Amino acid sequence: MNIETKLLKGDEKVIFELRSLYEKYGYSQYKMSKFEEYDLYVRNKDFLVSDNIITFTDTNGKLMALKPDVTLSIIKNSKDIPEITQKVYYDENVYRISKNTDSFKEILQVGLECVGNVDDWCIYEVLTLAAESLSVISDDYVLDVSHMGIIKDLVQKLDLSIDGEKEILKALGEKNTHQIKAICEENDCSNDLSVKICELANLYGKANEVMPRIKELASDFAPDSIAQLEKLTSILSDSGYGDKIHIDFSVVNDMGYYNGIVFTGFVNGVPEGVLSGGQYDKLLKKMNRKSKAIGFAVYPDTLERLMTENLEYDIDTVILYSENTDLKTLSDAVKMMTSSGKSVTAQREVPAKLRYRQLLKMNDKGVEIIENNA
Amino acid sequence: MKTMLNVALPKGRLGEKVYDMFEKAGFECPSIKETNRKLIFENPEKGVRYFWVKPSDVAIYVERGAADIGVAGKDILLEYEPDIYELLDLGFGKCRMAVAAPNDFRDNPQQTLRVATKFSNIAKNYYASLGRDIDIIHLNGSIEIAPILGLSDVIVDIVETGTTLKENNLSVFETIVPISARFIANKASFKFKNEQITKIAQSLEQQIENK
Repeated sequence: MNIETKLLKGDEKVIFELRSLYEKYGYSQYKMSKFEEYDLYVRNKDFLVSDNIITFTDTNGKLMALKPDVTLSIIKNSKDIPEITQKVYYDENVYRISKNTDSFKEILQVGLECVGNVDDWCIYEVLTLAAESLSVISDDYVLDVSHMGIIKDLVQKLDLSIDGEKEILKALGEKNTHQIKAICEENDCSNDLSVKICELANLYGKANEVMPRIKELASDFAPDSIAQLEKLTSILSDSGYGDKIHIDFSVVNDMGYYNGIVFTGFVNGVPEGVLSGGQYDKLLKKMNRKSKAIGFAVYPDTLERLMTENLEYDIDTVILYSENTDLKTLSDAVKMMTSSGKSVTAQREVPAKLRYRQLLKMNDKGVEIIENNA
Repeated sequence: MKTMLNVALPKGRLGEKVYDMFEKAGFECPSIKETNRKLIFENPEKGVRYFWVKPSDVAIYVERGAADIGVAGKDILLEYEPDIYELLDLGFGKCRMAVAAPNDFRDNPQQTLRVATKFSNIAKNYYASLGRDIDIIHLNGSIEIAPILGLSDVIVDIVETGTTLKENNLSVFETIVPISARFIANKASFKFKNEQITKIAQSLEQQIENK
């Protein structure tokens, strides 16, 4: 089989490249069914981006759902072997509500999960692969890294209600320092802590630039998390990702599921994050498992605008024929065009609004050139 | 060539005030002061492009990256809940989101409360937090007349001075949240135009403090 790569759309190329990247690092492809028992999602509602799920009743009466998420299925179907590490990647459709149209959409997700004995090496490898995935999309990318361990320790010191914690995480995610201050004042939190959280929210930059300040700010809490963040980001810098890896505590994921490194990837030209992931040992704990896990997903649908080239022409050649045209002559003319690598359509009349390079017409003698645009 | 920083300004007095602050921050664009009907103004030298949009649309321009930064009222941010950075409370354009009703209104908890508003999402969230069953009547203007005509029991709307309410025999029963203008940024732009955005944010912050 001969596949012309030029026929692949930009996002399709990205998907193929990502697959080959993950295969190279020993990740194996994970294929799954489109459906999953609804129960799985109800039990882990907060892990999902939204609780809107398409459900239907299966022939045996079981309530099923069209997958809104891939990670939960992978974890559910993986074996709990904490000693070894299973590495899988996927390229699957999920079904979620699109915020803009308020209706369900099929969204393609490509991603990977590393489940089992997740140590610093695994986390480092996943971060590297996240950076490499972004570089497949564009050279101008940024991977923002944060650590839920640090955030959690700090937020817990504030001693807020569950709603209060949610609010402060939301404000942190928006770099909304005035809101953080307001919440802290409302709950009589110490001024010192409030100032610290505000400064963490505002911190942004390359790891080597902001790490010293983080250590000062967080001198009395989360020493292990800070050490881990420093170690990983400094090795990433040494491996040539220094300019691309930034520390940003506005990357926050649900504290009930995520516990370690979390990250979001951006590429210049796309107004939203195109990659997101993190370590989510707590999800596995909730499922009574001993393993740990980390992973990320890339959202190729966000790249459509970035990657689409505007084509000057819809087709190379239009051949006009009439009732009297000999079918064999027409067939020969079309074959000649396609074998020379040109795209061609034979029509009685030129289709409206079709942009073509060349317009040909069949007559008694053969092919006549009517119009040449390029 | 410098990459242009796109700024969405809310049409009207608030936007003009905001522009003056941006000018002081070193991102001037003199052509904006000319009186004409143009909506987009550029100063390539400073690498900045301003455009006037409907105040309630600023958040959409910023969330979708057509604008890198902008200024929007907190009411709009609460209503649309865009995924953006809310970097500063500019401290002006102050008002409050409030529940208002005819002066003699008494809430009957046994009935579904009929709420007329432009801000359906804010009203919904507020009453959900109280556990109160409501019926939302979404209107696009002249909200004040809804309770007078019996269309609704109460309204949820922005109250600035309260004059309009008074003239229509309404009064504020509950303040939901104070509102003011916020400096917002697109999340991706914040990464790729960080230097410019941080510079503006710092200058704006100083200007507010010095007031």
